[in-house]
Amino acid sequence: MATYLHQARRAGLSRLDTKGSPYLYILPFFLLFGAFGLFPLLYTAYVSFNDWDLLDSGSHRWVGLANYREMLQDAYFWNALGNTLSIWVLSTVPQLLAALWIAHLLNHRLRARTALRMGVLLPNVTSIVAVTIVFTQLFGRDFGMVNWALGLVGIGPIDWQANTWSSHLAISFIVAWRWTGYNALIYLASMQAIPHHLYEAADLDGASQAQQFRRITVPMLRPTIIFTTVISTIGGLQIMAEPLLFASSQTPTGGSDRQFQTVALFMYEQGFREFRFGYASAVAWTLCLVIAIFAIINFLLTRRIAKDED
Amino acid sequence: MTTLADPIQTGTTPSPPPRRSHRRRSFGYPRKGSVWSYGALLAVVAGSVFPLYWSIVVSSQTSDAVTKVPPALVPGGHLFDNIARVFDTTDFGRALVNSFIVSGSITVSVVFFSTLAGFAFAKLRFRGRKALLVVAIATSMVPHQLGIIPLYILMADLGWTGRLTAVIVPGLVTAFGVFFMTQYLGRAVPDELLEAGRVDGSSTFGLYWHIVLPAARPAAAVLGLFTFMQAWNDFFWPLVVLQNNATVQVALSALASGYTTDYTLTLTGTLLATLPILVVFMLLGRHLVDGIMQGAVKG
Repeated sequence: MATYLHQARRAGLSRLDTKGSPYLYILPFFLLFGAFGLFPLLYTAYVSFNDWDLLDSGSHRWVGLANYREMLQDAYFWNALGNTLSIWVLSTVPQLLAALWIAHLLNHRLRARTALRMGVLLPNVTSIVAVTIVFTQLFGRDFGMVNWALGLVGIGPIDWQANTWSSHLAISFIVAWRWTGYNALIYLASMQAIPHHLYEAADLDGASQAQQFRRITVPMLRPTIIFTTVISTIGGLQIMAEPLLFASSQTPTGGSDRQFQTVALFMYEQGFREFRFGYASAVAWTLCLVIAIFAIINFLLTRRIAKDED
Repeated sequence: MTTLADPIQTGTTPSPPPRRSHRRRSFGYPRKGSVWSYGALLAVVAGSVFPLYWSIVVSSQTSDAVTKVPPALVPGGHLFDNIARVFDTTDFGRALVNSFIVSGSITVSVVFFSTLAGFAFAKLRFRGRKALLVVAIATSMVPHQLGIIPLYILMADLGWTGRLTAVIVPGLVTAFGVFFMTQYLGRAVPDELLEAGRVDGSSTFGLYWHIVLPAARPAAAVLGLFTFMQAWNDFFWPLVVLQNNATVQVALSALASGYTTDYTLTLTGTLLATLPILVVFMLLGRHLVDGIMQGAVKG
């Protein structure tokens, strides 16, 4: 009798274990992520409807859409949005093209294959801060190596920080330098999955290597190309550390005339220099929507192209 | 998402299948690398390494070298003087210790919780499993950086601003880690092994501890490596919340600020801050390459 009861209890416990414990295992993730990942993002929406001053701790006043209305009339916001899109395009397009080319080079039978791949990936594991500091020195007006090299071919010293176009170019270069190798490895993985018989057939038809690249490799990579575009969109539209550190004074205005201030940097300035949490939250939420819209457009594009290939 | 769906292979080091054939066919695919492709690749690698090399050159010279025309191109003998100067100028030692504490704790935690949740998602049956997994994956796309204002309010309420906990706690789990381990464990742990464990009377946690955790080691190494690098390189949130209790990246940015930057000092700091990552990358970087090529690691 006692043994029977004991067994029944054990069976009950074990049922509780199999039915209930899975939730226990995923609980830490959802708890921590909810509290420190998702909740802040949603709470941003609430804060954005308030006049919320960091210094006057906790005091806030509901103002409805006032922050958004102000933002839409704020020339600094539109300036920052324009800069963000310009830097995003300037960094993403050359970056993905270069990545495609590097992937194509890596997609050969090579000696020291692993070393070459690691060499290509190296920029991606160095920190944004380190990379931006080194490049800011290289882009220096008076003693930077970039201007020295340009001087050899007769191009006068450029004050990279001073103008809109030159600062966008320099910042885009820094961003692209850090991400090209990473994207190249993603493309390489997709290239390796392309069936070899396609190239064999093209060889028999006498197609040149360049033609094969354009007619076989690139079309087969389309889903991957769009995937990397989505990822670069989500990352590229949030750029903030590069323009902050590119100004040697590290003021978050992005240059004396805000010529390279991005939206994320504008948010940082409003939040942590002007201490206007409500306004900064409105900017954050708007940027979030912009990113979401771009991501959804790209996702739909991906699906359509994937369907076309079936 | 399509490329993310490719799970890592089982086994020790996931790597693409060997494509080299024994006979050297002139016709094989992929084609044999030409001199031209070697040259171009070497140029690309040189461009990747150059900024690092440049910081070694500058940090081993005296301060006037950085203003020399034409620029100095070989390292000098003043590296240790400059390193000493960095430690005199800022509390770089403390920043390094802080970064090790932060990155170490986050790495251990992410690997542990991701393996735990990945085990549940991949191998256990429970109500709502699919829906919850979709939620977990979807959250990896969320741009967290935009939630920093409420996060800051939260940290201020908790009294954590200026303390390392403010950086560690939000990093303890990542959606990406959960997704990554779910993918891996789904393949790496045979169901029969778990059934056998159950028949032997093992509890679910027993299965996790004795079967799943050992099997997860190769993927845990890649995830740990990736997490450590990300935590070490993180800048924006520590800058906002830590103030005077800086991590390496924040200390580095402080070193570089000012209207006249001492680049010899700053680039020496850059070298010091990059060195730990570089050592780790040299030792384990090929696993990172493999991980990215499985389409699983995203930045």
